[in-house]
Amino acid sequence: MSETQSLRAWLLTETPTSRRHAKLSAIYHAWLSFRTNTMAMIGLIILVLLVVVAVVAPWLAPADPFAQTLANRLQPPGTDGHILGTDSLGRDLMSRLIYGSRITLYIVGLVALIAPITGLLVGTVAGYVGGFTDMVLMRITDIFLAFPRLVLALAFVAALGAGIENAVLAISLTAWPPYARMARAETLTIRSSDYISAIRLQGAGPLRIITKHIWPLCISSLIVRVTLDMAGIILAAAGLGFLGLGAQPPSPEWGAMISEGRRFILDHWWVATVPGLAIFTVSLAFNLLGDGLRDVLDPKDSEK
Amino acid sequence: MAMATQTEKGRQMSPFFQQIIGIAKVLLSIAATMLGLLFVTFFIGRVMPIDPVLSIVGERATKEVYDAAYIKLGLDKPLIVQFFKYVVDVVQGDFGQSLRTGFPVSDDIKRLFPATLELATLGTLIGVFVGVPLGVIAAVKRGSWIDQVARVVALIGYSMPVFWLGMIGLLVFYGQLGWIGGPGRLDIFYEDIIPTVTGMILIDSALAQDWGIFRNAISHIILPACLLGYYSLAYLSRMTRSFMLEQMSAEYVITARVKGLSEWAVIWKHAFGNIRVQLITVIALSYAGLLEGSVLTEIIFAWPGIGSYITTSLLSADMNAVMGGTVVVGLVFVLLNIFSDLLYKVFDPRAK
Repeated sequence: MSETQSLRAWLLTETPTSRRHAKLSAIYHAWLSFRTNTMAMIGLIILVLLVVVAVVAPWLAPADPFAQTLANRLQPPGTDGHILGTDSLGRDLMSRLIYGSRITLYIVGLVALIAPITGLLVGTVAGYVGGFTDMVLMRITDIFLAFPRLVLALAFVAALGAGIENAVLAISLTAWPPYARMARAETLTIRSSDYISAIRLQGAGPLRIITKHIWPLCISSLIVRVTLDMAGIILAAAGLGFLGLGAQPPSPEWGAMISEGRRFILDHWWVATVPGLAIFTVSLAFNLLGDGLRDVLDPKDSEK
Repeated sequence: MAMATQTEKGRQMSPFFQQIIGIAKVLLSIAATMLGLLFVTFFIGRVMPIDPVLSIVGERATKEVYDAAYIKLGLDKPLIVQFFKYVVDVVQGDFGQSLRTGFPVSDDIKRLFPATLELATLGTLIGVFVGVPLGVIAAVKRGSWIDQVARVVALIGYSMPVFWLGMIGLLVFYGQLGWIGGPGRLDIFYEDIIPTVTGMILIDSALAQDWGIFRNAISHIILPACLLGYYSLAYLSRMTRSFMLEQMSAEYVITARVKGLSEWAVIWKHAFGNIRVQLITVIALSYAGLLEGSVLTEIIFAWPGIGSYITTSLLSADMNAVMGGTVVVGLVFVLLNIFSDLLYKVFDPRAK
């Protein structure tokens, strides 16, 4: 038996020999069922490609994304040396697109860390402690939910000053409430279950119960939700960039690139079209991946 | 009225009181949410690194003028007093003066809100009339090509940057084909002809029976409305589909089929009848979403609504206008949410 085959058998075993073994086996099973979902796999592949492109950007990009050649401005796609053409300052669009993937990943990554963790903290504490704390925390959550998201993000960016970090902060501030609600709902159902009482009788404190026994159970639905929200986050970031409140020029952020290209759209369509397609592709990939993950991780919610 | 009949039926007083308490709770929670909303806008207005005094008196004002304005604005008072004054003003409908337009913010909002409302309403109508049937068909013919198409349509809707799609739409239908009117609500030579009644041009021109203007207004609103309608459709069709799937697997549907009812009656009378309440909630949410989320669409189409008002005010640091606009949009959002909650309670006996 070759090594890979024995590994596979080890992973697919019906009788795990250790906790780690069982966990890895469960993950492998989930992966196998995920792999059958073609659409989700397409999403995953696009995102892996995006990460690779972002990592190797300096080697991949044909030109410096900031190098201006005014003589070469607004060249259509296919001009030699510029596969996707050039923008109004003669910068190579392909290179800017490639470097822009780094900014997109940076924004998405940060928001995907800040918002769910904030929501998880607020939601589990509210759900576990209950009473007055719950009421206050949920009221605050409701207030943030009541706000129009983009308008709130706009106002925050305006107050904090335009820039990527502030855009991330503003988007996170508007993105956490749904996670808090979800985490609270999960906590409420878990809190009263027998095994939590058992752990409490063994002497576990609230901190241990929340971090070791409630959080792990909230994670899977949180991951699904985060993945599905990623597309919205990308679109919000691009929207802020488009309004001039996100990444500042000359940064090759995709939303800002669309905004730059907007002035020339009637005669030079590619300047705005190309980054728009990039945004669309990446958020579509996140949606496809999120759908697939939901089917695997959260069977009760899936539509199939 | 419902309460009166209930007591007449000889029930005890306690449910009556419970209902009153329930209503009081709802009102209290609206008030609390609105207060929180005001607090956040106030906070944003405070931390904004712009000196409100300087933007009124100008950079070259003397120390005395500056101080006088400082005191006149009440900035010397403690923050809590300022906040209290702000709340009292807002409750009376006074959002202060807009520095950019020179009008009271409340007047600006009154003038601009109908434009947003017109666009969002039309968008929601498109979303409902296309999205709901699409969702129902997708659920009934699950796995068929039409289900796949509905899925792809929704996925694209979820993934497309709205400002980009709007631009491409303008480029193709206005720039290249010339089928529609360009940005704005009307062509320039049609402006200010008909009397303003509702502020919604489609309705006003129909009232004035000026069909030329009506047609022109249609040609301007059609693209942004379709755009918003598409986003609404993507969401509504998905939600309808999952609501319907839930119903179609219920046992009463089997019973209805066994009874020999036509498939049409089973789907539209029985299953669809049961999802109406859920559907109304979702539609209200999506309507609220379009009212607030049309910021980018309004900017692309130079649509003089509340979203573009907030944004342009923001860019010119006109905080009164930003805060006022945000509060109004937030209020509409809260009210629509509560309205859908109420509908739920009225139409769904289980929720009582």
